[in-house]
Amino acid sequence: MRVFSLTILLLVLCFAPAHSAFPAQSPSPQTPAPSPPDLAAAKIIFEGHCALCHGMDGGGDRGPSLRRPKLAHASDDEALKSVIEQGIPPQMPDAWYLSKEEIASVAAYVRSLGNVPPETLPGDPVRGKAVYARSGCSACHILAGEGAGFGPDLTDVGARRGSARLRETLQNPAKTIPENFLLVEAVTNFGQALRGIRLNEDTFSIQLKDQQGRFHSFRKTDLRDLKKLRGETPMPSYASALSSAELEDLINFLAAQRGNP
Amino acid sequence: MKLLTLFLLTASAAFAQVPFERIVNADKEPGNWLTYSRDFQGHRFSPLAEITTQNVSQLKVKWAFQFPDERTEVSPIVIDGILYVTGPNSAAAIDGRSGRSLWTWKRPIPSDYHSIGFGHTNRGPAVLDDKLFVATLDGYLFALDLKSGIERWSAKVLDYKLGYSMTMAPLAIDGKVVVGVSGGEAGIRGFIDAYDAKTGQQAWRFWTIPGPGEPGHETWSGDDWKTGGGATWVTGAYDPELKLVYWGVGNPGPDWNGDVRPGDNLYTCSLVALDAATGKLRWYFQFSPHDTHDWDATHVPMLFDTPVTGAMRKLVAIANRNAFYYVLDRATGEFLAGKPYAKQTWATGLDSKGRPIRAPNSDPSKEGTLIWPNLNGATVWFSPSYDPQTGFVYVATREIGARYFKRDTPYKAGTFFPGGGEDELSPDDAWGAIKALQAETGELRWEFKLLSPPWAGVLSTAGGLVFSGSDEGNFYALDAKTGKPLWDFQTGGAIGDNPVSFTIDGHQCIAVAADRVLYVFGL
Repeated sequence: MRVFSLTILLLVLCFAPAHSAFPAQSPSPQTPAPSPPDLAAAKIIFEGHCALCHGMDGGGDRGPSLRRPKLAHASDDEALKSVIEQGIPPQMPDAWYLSKEEIASVAAYVRSLGNVPPETLPGDPVRGKAVYARSGCSACHILAGEGAGFGPDLTDVGARRGSARLRETLQNPAKTIPENFLLVEAVTNFGQALRGIRLNEDTFSIQLKDQQGRFHSFRKTDLRDLKKLRGETPMPSYASALSSAELEDLINFLAAQRGNP
Repeated sequence: MKLLTLFLLTASAAFAQVPFERIVNADKEPGNWLTYSRDFQGHRFSPLAEITTQNVSQLKVKWAFQFPDERTEVSPIVIDGILYVTGPNSAAAIDGRSGRSLWTWKRPIPSDYHSIGFGHTNRGPAVLDDKLFVATLDGYLFALDLKSGIERWSAKVLDYKLGYSMTMAPLAIDGKVVVGVSGGEAGIRGFIDAYDAKTGQQAWRFWTIPGPGEPGHETWSGDDWKTGGGATWVTGAYDPELKLVYWGVGNPGPDWNGDVRPGDNLYTCSLVALDAATGKLRWYFQFSPHDTHDWDATHVPMLFDTPVTGAMRKLVAIANRNAFYYVLDRATGEFLAGKPYAKQTWATGLDSKGRPIRAPNSDPSKEGTLIWPNLNGATVWFSPSYDPQTGFVYVATREIGARYFKRDTPYKAGTFFPGGGEDELSPDDAWGAIKALQAETGELRWEFKLLSPPWAGVLSTAGGLVFSGSDEGNFYALDAKTGKPLWDFQTGGAIGDNPVSFTIDGHQCIAVAADRVLYVFGL
């Protein structure tokens, strides 16, 4: 049996902060006001030139998903426009054939793929914070640096998820399991069973983290059984645990979490 | 003194010439890898048998070489202990004992060069006599001096400003160097060129999209042939007896909107057999007439002779991107056998001539059409392997579907001309495999499942082994007869190239690149 706990130095991609697509600006008298982005035209450009690698909906294909609020190579909108114009050699081609206005529109369109705009919501975020604290959420989630890192980070959950999605997750978490979040049950050849989140996997090995935060690494030949529990989540439903008022407060609080500066 | 003598002997052998006859007779010198697939027949099979099913578990890294560019796709040439490798607009000779470079060559990539539909990459060099041949992204074929890397000649093959490029390893045959072009997503008109190996003068050109008055032009309408695609971006095979060059042709343009190019769109998605002396078309076989899924037929053809219904036949086999495996008579192009080797939902089968019978509603649509395989196909450019010992063909197979979309895309020279695109299914709904197929029928003999669809080719060896790599960085060996995994090594980088085997100081080595690192393994 080759079961051992690992101390893994997790290399975390350091994404720079996201900004809204086009922050309000006061144009100086000398410079004409920029024309607003043409998202419909940008969608056509995106589907014609970007979708080959990023997918028609921006969800990723040969290239990475763009449906996220923070992009690895574009810390702000100027950087995003620069990436679109100049590409990322050698994999991403430049877009020399687009005008400045078209590039700005495509950048706005890309931002629109991954950014949930702020909503006006019922509920109270201060009360919601208290609901979050007493509901045990931090036993699994990190929010603004506090809590346990078993479940997804909630520090920027308001930028990634709209209120409808947050409500559905709280009431029926199994229906909204995030991409790449997979609960796994492994049974070794000696009969030891273990449940955890898949951290990594290749054809010959798998790495897990259990709810106590311990890392486990297995050769697949050392496992008698490996079940990928798609559609299952360790998160309980809060549909009956919270009153409707508490639920709205919690949703309001979570929707306000827009990420670290 | 003894060491010095040995070194000088090795060095002397390293700079020997490589006449055509040495490549034709590749099996007589199994310690070398003299052409893209080791032999002209496209087998990617090594007769070396020092590494076996019994000892492969002891395989170790001997050295590693860092490329300046990420995700290398090179298949090295190995001549008498020296490895010759390429990158985008670059080449190097590497000492097989130490992994240290002996010379390097680089050509700047022009600032206005744009790759359209692929990354900056190069899949390997070719060798003939005293020259190494390298195709560049910006459209030149270079002949470099094997000893020094100094340029002997260069030939302009194409105009990159129209979206053309070159990424494949050239194929050096008897006195000629054959090259193909990339650009299938840019509305090019594809071609295959041959150049005189001594002078660089163009010997012939075969246009893959026939012009007015040429046979096959009737499968186009209006001016759509001018932007018809038909790129030729994967190295072909050669039959020295029939003197035919076999080369795969890519997708029509625009890729996903077939409405603007009615007809079969010859010779896209076809295998063409060309007279090596003249470039004239001897025969063709079209796998995917009027393709609308980007399923280039750009694969390494595998040539072998085997009895079919009692009589020995000269065959060519293709595991196609469209998920069907085909066996043809390579003298005539006659269809002999074909069957799916991976999940596909676009055709209900093949007719008696090998033409696909399309499933209804399999074309891309405005709202999206779910079809297997995805645009990268059931296999792509990376090499299969034919093993004469088992009679199996090994194919690195991708099992993944996609939702295909059709869009309007006006043609603008030197830009994307896709006419649509795809959303591929979630990684959780995709997987990969090495599949062993009976070479003359395509019957599945075994499969070894991979976590995800692979991007690496397959090497088989006389030691009874099959080597390949995964996108998660595993380089591994399987039992060629059963598919049982026997050894694996985590390289730390995605493997997207073809393994090769050769000898250093008489001992068998296996080389493969992972991301930007070339690893050489031995016992």
